Amino acid sequence: MSLRSRIAVLAIAFAAVVAGGFFVVVHYLLGPTPQTVDFTAGHASGQPVNMTIMTDPVNDVSGTPDWVSYFVQSPQTGQWMHSTTWQLPAHTRINVTAYEFDTCDPLRNQYWGKVTGTVGDVMQVSGEAAGVNGTVSVVNSNTTCGVAHTFTVPGLGLNVPFEGVLYTASNQCTHGPCAMSTTHTVTKFSFVTPGPGSYRWQCFIPCGLATDDGNGHAMSTLGFMTGFLQVVA
Amino acid sequence: MAIEIQPERLQEPGGREPSDLPRTRPWWARPAVHTGLLGAVIGYLFGHWLGNFIGGGYRQAVLGDQNDLAIVLGYVFGTIGWLAGLGIFNDLGRFLAGKPFPEVTHEPAGGLARYFRFTLDHKVVGIQYLVGMIIYFLTGGLFAMAIRTELLSPASHVLGPGVYLEVVGEHGTMMMMMMSSVVLGPFGQYLAPLMIGSKRMAFPRLEALGFWLTPAAFVILLSAVLWGGFPTGWTGYADLSVQATQGMDAYLVAFGLMGISMILAGFNIIATIICYRAPGMRWSRLPIFVWSMFTVSFLQVLAAPVLVAGFYMTITDRTVQTAFFTPDLGGSTYLYEDLFWFFGHPEVYILALPGFGIVSEILPVFCRRPLFGYKVGAAGMFGVAILSFFVWQHHLFDSGIDPDMRPLFMLTTELISIPTGFIYLTAMGTFWKAKIRLTVPMLFALGMYFNFLIGGISGVFLSDVPADTTAHGSFFVMAHFHYTIMGGLMFAFMAGLYYWLPKMTGIRLNERLGKIQFWTMFIFFNSTFLPLFALGNMGMPRRVFEYARNLQTLNDWVSVSAFCLGGSILIFLINVVWSTVIARVPETGNPWNSRGLEWQVSSPPPPENFARIPVVLSGPYEYGVKNALPVADLNPPPGLIASALASSGTEA
Amino acid sequence: MAAATEAGAAAGRPEPRHGVRIAVIWLVLAVAADLVIWFVWGPHMPPGNMSTSAADQQFDFNVLSVIAAPVMLAVFIYFGYALTMWRQRPGDEEDGPGHLRGEARVQAAWIIVTSAIVLGLAGFGTYELIAPAGAGAGEGPQPIWKPAGVNTSSLTSWVPNTKNILQVQVIAQQWLFTYRYPQFGGMETTQLELPVGQPVEFHVTSLDVIHSFWAIQLGVKADANPFLDNVAYTTPEHTGGFTVRCDELCGIWHGAMYNYGSVVPVTAFQSWVKATETRLAALTKTLPPFALVYTPNEISGLAKFYYQAGLPGAGGQYYGPQDPEQP
Repeated sequence: MSLRSRIAVLAIAFAAVVAGGFFVVVHYLLGPTPQTVDFTAGHASGQPVNMTIMTDPVNDVSGTPDWVSYFVQSPQTGQWMHSTTWQLPAHTRINVTAYEFDTCDPLRNQYWGKVTGTVGDVMQVSGEAAGVNGTVSVVNSNTTCGVAHTFTVPGLGLNVPFEGVLYTASNQCTHGPCAMSTTHTVTKFSFVTPGPGSYRWQCFIPCGLATDDGNGHAMSTLGFMTGFLQVVA
Repeated sequence: MAIEIQPERLQEPGGREPSDLPRTRPWWARPAVHTGLLGAVIGYLFGHWLGNFIGGGYRQAVLGDQNDLAIVLGYVFGTIGWLAGLGIFNDLGRFLAGKPFPEVTHEPAGGLARYFRFTLDHKVVGIQYLVGMIIYFLTGGLFAMAIRTELLSPASHVLGPGVYLEVVGEHGTMMMMMMSSVVLGPFGQYLAPLMIGSKRMAFPRLEALGFWLTPAAFVILLSAVLWGGFPTGWTGYADLSVQATQGMDAYLVAFGLMGISMILAGFNIIATIICYRAPGMRWSRLPIFVWSMFTVSFLQVLAAPVLVAGFYMTITDRTVQTAFFTPDLGGSTYLYEDLFWFFGHPEVYILALPGFGIVSEILPVFCRRPLFGYKVGAAGMFGVAILSFFVWQHHLFDSGIDPDMRPLFMLTTELISIPTGFIYLTAMGTFWKAKIRLTVPMLFALGMYFNFLIGGISGVFLSDVPADTTAHGSFFVMAHFHYTIMGGLMFAFMAGLYYWLPKMTGIRLNERLGKIQFWTMFIFFNSTFLPLFALGNMGMPRRVFEYARNLQTLNDWVSVSAFCLGGSILIFLINVVWSTVIARVPETGNPWNSRGLEWQVSSPPPPENFARIPVVLSGPYEYGVKNALPVADLNPPPGLIASALASSGTEA
Repeated sequence: MAAATEAGAAAGRPEPRHGVRIAVIWLVLAVAADLVIWFVWGPHMPPGNMSTSAADQQFDFNVLSVIAAPVMLAVFIYFGYALTMWRQRPGDEEDGPGHLRGEARVQAAWIIVTSAIVLGLAGFGTYELIAPAGAGAGEGPQPIWKPAGVNTSSLTSWVPNTKNILQVQVIAQQWLFTYRYPQFGGMETTQLELPVGQPVEFHVTSLDVIHSFWAIQLGVKADANPFLDNVAYTTPEHTGGFTVRCDELCGIWHGAMYNYGSVVPVTAFQSWVKATETRLAALTKTLPPFALVYTPNEISGLAKFYYQAGLPGAGGQYYGPQDPEQP
C-alpha cells in the first residue's frame, strides 16, 4: 500500500478507537442517571401527598450490597424503588412515613438531633427503638440509642433525625429492601413544599464505612443516602 | 567535555552486514503497541489478583465493597506489563545476560510501524509525543465542553453533582497532568539534538520510556470514570482524597506515572544539552528554546519527585492505614497541601516556560532582527525556575498558615513577575524597527504575548493577599490560569506546530485554515475567559455546579463562547488531518528562512540528523548583522574534531 | 529606546521619533484609563464595601488596577505600534537592522522599573494586609493582626461597644455550615446574623474534610481544616444580606454548600440572639462544650461506638489513636 493509503487506514483506525472510547466514557458518565419517583401524577391540587420511605442497612439491588440505602414506595405500584430523586407538587403538605431498619449511632454534630422545618417542628416516633417514643423535637443521640440517619433538606430548613434500632436487637434486616417483619422504628412527620425548584437532601450521620470521616461511599452517591426533591408546579 | 564515542554495533541475530537494517522481522512479530496491550492486560490481572490476595481480607475492603490495593496494584503491574510488552526491558535483559544490544539511535527513513514501538530515535519519539499530546488535549477539551454545558443553568442540571465533579476532575487532571510535556515532548525531544548539533540524545531509552508512560497514564486516568471518578479535582486534597472511592486510585497512579515520565525526560534533556553540544555551540550561542528546555528539565527533575512522594503517601493512606494525611490518627491535611503545591507551583512554570521558549525562538525569524536581550531572556528563565520553588504558599494564603509567612510569600510571588516580564522586554526590543512578517506562527506568537500579559497581570493581583482573599478559589483564579496556560502555552504550542511541522514531517499545514483557526481561537478564547474574572469576584467559587442566579447571563455567554472555541479547535484538528493525511503538500528545506541550526539540514532531517557533526560558527539570531558568519559549517574538514579532541582532551 | 532613536536620527534620514510617539499615546490612554478605573469603576468593584475587610479588598483591587492598566497599555500600544509601523512591505526580502546601540541601557531601565513597581506593590500589599486586621483572611490559630481596641476577654457574654469582641464559630461539615455563638450559651444554629458596626472574630473549623468559609460580601475567607482553628476578623459597616459559600472542594455537594446571612442593627441582633438562645435551649444542652477545635469522633462518641462494634475505617478513624486495629 502506498504511504498515503496506509496513513489513511491508520487515521480511520484511530478515529474508530477514539469514537469507541468516547462512547464508553459517555456511557459511564451519563449512564447512572437517577430514576425519578413521581408523586405529582394524578395529584389533586390542595390535597396532601403521602410519601413512604425507608432506610436499610444493606441493599440487594446494586453492585455495592454493603452500602446503606434509602428506598421509596412508588405511589403508583406500591413497590419499593431504589431511588432518591422524588418529584413533589409545589405548595403542598407532604405527610412522610419513614421506616428505619438500620442501627443507631451517635451523631457527629448534635445539632442535627433537632427536628426543624416540619409542621410543628416535631416528629412522631414509634417502634422498638430504645430511644424516646411519641412526639419528639430533640434527640440526644449520646444518651438514647441514638439516631440512625437524618433526612435533611437544607433548602427547606428541614431536618428529621430517624431513631434507629438497637445494635443488639434480634431479627434485624439483612436484605434490602427490608421486610416489615424485621425490627424497625417508624417516624412520621409533615412538611409543606415551597415553590418549584430542585432541592437537594442529604444525611448527617457518617455511615460510609471504610471511608475517611465516614462521608464517602453511600453518603456521596445519588441513589443511596443523598438525593433531590424536585418540586414542580 | 570529552565524549567517548562508542562504535555503533549491529544486533545479533539480525543483520550481519553493515548495510543490513538492524532488524528484519515483520512488524507484527516485533514488540510494539499490540504486544504492549497484551502485557498490560496480563499485568493488570496479576496485580489485581495480588492486591486481593494481600488485602482482600481487610475489613475496609469487606465492608466498603472496594479493595483499593487490588486496583492500585492492578494499575501498577498493568503499566509494567505494558512497558514489558513494548520491549522496554529487552535491552536491559540482554545487557544483564551479557549479550550485545543495538546502539543504533536512528531509524532508517520511511515506514509507519516505527511510530508504534519502542525506538531509540529521538525524532520518532518526538512525533509520537506530538500525536499523543494532541489526543490528550482534545480529550481534555471534550470534558471542558461538558463542564460548560452543565454551567449553562444554575438550577436545571444536565449532569448530576457527582458526575459534574468527575468531569471537572478529568478535565483539570488531563490538562495539567498530561500537558506538562506538551512542548518538551514533541518539540524538545525532537529539536534539542538538532539545535545543538548532536546526532542523538544522551539517554534514548529513558526518553522513549518517558513517552510510553504517557499512554498508560492517559488510559488509567480515563478509567477513573468506570469507578465513578474522583471528587477532588486535579489538586487531590486530603483528606477528601482518602475518603473517595476507587476512581481516586486511578488519578493517583496516573499522575504518579506522569511524574516519573517528567523526571526521566528531564534527566535526558539536561545530560544531552550539557554533554552533546557540537563544537562551537557555546552557552552564549544556545538557542533560547534550548535554554527553556534546559531550565524546564531542572524544574521537572527537582519538583516531580515531591509529587510522586505525596501521591505514594496518599495511596498508602487509602490502602494500608498509614496516617500521613488523616487527621484523626494524627496526620495533617496541611502536609498534603504543602507537598502538592511544592510541586504544583514549579509545575505551572513547567507549563509556562516552554511557551516562552517557543515564542522567543520564533520572533527573530519573523522580525528579521536579532533577539533583543538574549542573555537577559535566558537569565530570566533561570530566575523564574529558581524562584518558582519559593512561592508555593501563595496557594495557601487563606488556609490558616502562619500569618507571618504571608508577607514573605507575597514578596517572592511579586518578585517572580520580574523575570517573567523579561519575555516582553525581549519581544518589544526585537520589534524595534523590525520587518515583521505576519505568518501563522507569528500570529500565534503574538496571541500568546497578548493572552499571557492578561494572565500574568492577574497573577499579580492574586499575589496581593487582601485581593487574594476575594479571588482565591473563585473563577478569577480560573481565568488567571487559563489565560497563562491555555492562552500562553497552547497558543505557543500552535505557533511551534505551524513553524516546525515542515521541519519534522516535510509537510506544511494549510495557511488559510491556520489563519482562520488563529482568529477564531483568539477571539473566542478571550470571549470565554475574560468574563470569568468578573464572575469570580462576584462570588462564584470553582468546581460548583450551582451558582447565584444573577450570574446566569454571564455564564451563558461564557458557555456559548466556549462551544465556539471548541469549534476553532475542531478547525485545528481538520487542518492537521487534512494537511498530513490528505493534502500532504511537501515543504522541504527552509521555508521560513531561519538561521536555526535545525533548519540547515533537510526537512525532515536525515536519519542521523547530521552526516557529520557540524562546527558552529555563530549564534542563530544574527539577522541583519553585517558580516555575520553562517550559523554552522555542516561539512567540517575530516579529522578536525578527532584531532582537536586528541590534542586538548577537552572541548572548547 | 530613546538611544535607539538617536541612532536612527544620526543616520541622516528624517526618522520619526518612535519612542516619543509611543510615549505620548501611552500617556494619554493611561491617564484616561486610570481615571475611569478609579472614579467610575472603582466604587462598584467587588466585593463592595459592606464591611471593613471588603472595603479594604476593594481598595486593593482598585489600586492594583490603576497600576496594572498603564503597564498593560504600554505593552499593547507598543505591540500595536510595532505591528503598524514595522511590518514587512510586500516584496521586501531584506532583513531588519542588526544590533542597535543602547541595548544595555534599555534592559537596565526595564529591570529597574519593573523591580520598583513590583517591590512597591509588595510593600503596599503587606501594609494593606496588616493595617485592617488581616483583611478578612484566615490567619490560623494564632492571629497576629487583630482589630484595634478589642480583645477576647469574655467567652460567656457580649455587649456591644465594649472591648469584648463578638465571637462566632463557623463549623464546616459535609455539606453545611453551622454557627456557634459561645457568648450566648454556646448555641448552635444554621443562621448567621451579625450586628452592624461591631467587630467580629470568626473561628473556622471543620469536622471532616477541608472546606472554606467565604462570606462574599463581607470579604472574609478562611479555610476550615479539621483539628484546626482558623481565625479571621471583620467589622460589618452596612446592614444587608450576604452570601456564604464553601470555597474549597469538599465532595459531591460542594456547589450546593451555601447559606445566606444578614447584618442587622445592634438591637435587632440582640433580640434575635436572645430569642434563638431560648428557642434552642433543649438542643444546646445536648451539644458538647464549646471548644475551638473538635475531635469529630470523640465528641460524639462515634469512636467508642465503632470500636465496640468492631468496625474500622480507612485510616481507622472511627476510633481514637489509642485503639489500633488491623486495617
